[in-house]
Amino acid sequence: MIGLGAYLIVAAVVFTVGVLGIFLNRRNVILMLMAIELILLAVNINLVAFSAFLGDLTGQVFAMFVLTVAAAEAAIGLAILVIFFRRRGTIAVDAADRMRG
Amino acid sequence: MARFAPILPEIILAIGGLVLMIASAFVTRRGAGLISWLAVALLIAATVALIGAPSHAGPLFDGLVVADLFASFGKAVIFPAAAVAVIAAHGWFERGTEHAAEYAVLILFAAVGMSVMVSSTSLISLYVGLELNSLAGYVLASYRRHDERSAEAGLKYFVLGALASGILLYGISLLYGFTGTTSFTGVAAAFGRGAPTLGLLFGLVFLLAGIAFKISAVPFHMWTPDVYEGAPTPVTTFFATAPKVASVLLGVRVCIEALGPATDAWRQIVIFAALASIFLGAIAAYGQTNIKRLLAYSSINNVGFALIGLAAGTAQGASSVLFYMTVYVVMTAGAFLCVLWMRDGDGEPIETIASMSGLSQRQPGFAFAMFIFMFSLAGVPPMFGFWPKLLVFDAAVASGYVALAVAGILGAVIGAYYYLKIVKVMYLDAPAEPYSRVREPVQGALVLFAAVAVSPLGYLLIGPLGSLADRAAETLF
Repeated sequence: MIGLGAYLIVAAVVFTVGVLGIFLNRRNVILMLMAIELILLAVNINLVAFSAFLGDLTGQVFAMFVLTVAAAEAAIGLAILVIFFRRRGTIAVDAADRMRG
Repeated sequence: MARFAPILPEIILAIGGLVLMIASAFVTRRGAGLISWLAVALLIAATVALIGAPSHAGPLFDGLVVADLFASFGKAVIFPAAAVAVIAAHGWFERGTEHAAEYAVLILFAAVGMSVMVSSTSLISLYVGLELNSLAGYVLASYRRHDERSAEAGLKYFVLGALASGILLYGISLLYGFTGTTSFTGVAAAFGRGAPTLGLLFGLVFLLAGIAFKISAVPFHMWTPDVYEGAPTPVTTFFATAPKVASVLLGVRVCIEALGPATDAWRQIVIFAALASIFLGAIAAYGQTNIKRLLAYSSINNVGFALIGLAAGTAQGASSVLFYMTVYVVMTAGAFLCVLWMRDGDGEPIETIASMSGLSQRQPGFAFAMFIFMFSLAGVPPMFGFWPKLLVFDAAVASGYVALAVAGILGAVIGAYYYLKIVKVMYLDAPAEPYSRVREPVQGALVLFAAVAVSPLGYLLIGPLGSLADRAAETLF
């Protein structure tokens, strides 16, 4: 039997990898979208693990909401990335530098 | 059917938005104007629907949302502000090849999300409302898809916004796990059982960090100047008004209803965010040459003052936040409508502060309206913008935070510099190239209304608005 703590640690590690993926990655925006998905997956691991150990279904229902919103978010993110690519011809993170100050 | 009466405003906006979305797929460019007026009519209808039963219906749908006076107060500010953002787009998108009809539809969906935000009493409805607003916002920021800066603004807003949602959600998952419930009252009960555990504190911090991003409080403000500058000006008008009110009110409800017993834990975070926002907003605005960027720092600065009222943690403090945000919306919407009218000889928008030089000689009415908004945003006494600042400082002093109020006043004085600089440029500098005239009578009427409301005549509103804000704040305690 794997304890609740183990799930929480996995979720915390995945969450940290996701946040670092956004801040350390200077190469391309697709990696950022993947990092965002990792963060949301970490949340889902948390929610489902808590739900199972509390014997309460709310967490799993919440995980369904998170999955749905994550799908919509990814679709919008990719659409914005496409219009950015059309204007600039690149998806490098450093290319988003038209505004500074 | 009576069960659905309290959510009538949301039903009107959601169904109306869906119908208009289908309709906008078929209309020509001429029909886009009609769609946007219909959207304005829907927002007005939703505001009217707030009167009566919806404002006192109590918890609904197993405690997912609530229809109380606090929520109704928020919606009564949010819906008209969203309608102003729709009207602000008239004559704007027609210049380019963009189709304007979807713009109004997106604002309607964002308005549904915002009204869920201010009435949510569960972590699930909080998240869904926030995301519905944010997703519409990402699309709106990149709405001028042939414009490099708009695409970049959308990309930055999306990446940082999604990160903030993830952080907020991680906090929510911890709160759910360590309290065993998603309802605000359940979370409050868990916090009430003695000192909060480490898991609960982590949840609280992550949740507040996510909300701080949405209200662009320091240290989560870094997206604001870029997004406000890059997004089309009508969209910036929208971002600076309605979603900001919704997020601040959401923060107030979460802090007081869900985290109330842990006030000592969140108060220090809110105080830090308030002071950091006030001072960064005031100081970073100094060297700016772009008026939209400057107003972005102004909005960071103003959110800091609203947070001072929240830090007081009392009903008086919550009431001062409501009052502050109402007046803030009128001043900011007015200022952005003026920015919309800054056009060069060919009718193309210009955004530099330098182009406003000598405006008082070329367009005295325009310059005088901007003068009123700037003095009011700075909180210079004869203007109405002074009063809400006084209220938040009063609330802080009443709960014993004199040093916080003093620091806030100091920040207000520093911040006044750049507002006055704009007035100086308009009134004392040599005239630059004249602006071409914009013929939008409805926008003109709105600017006039906003200017009168925040002029010294606004003091007539203190009585009714103050008592309404007091009663709305009482519902949280």
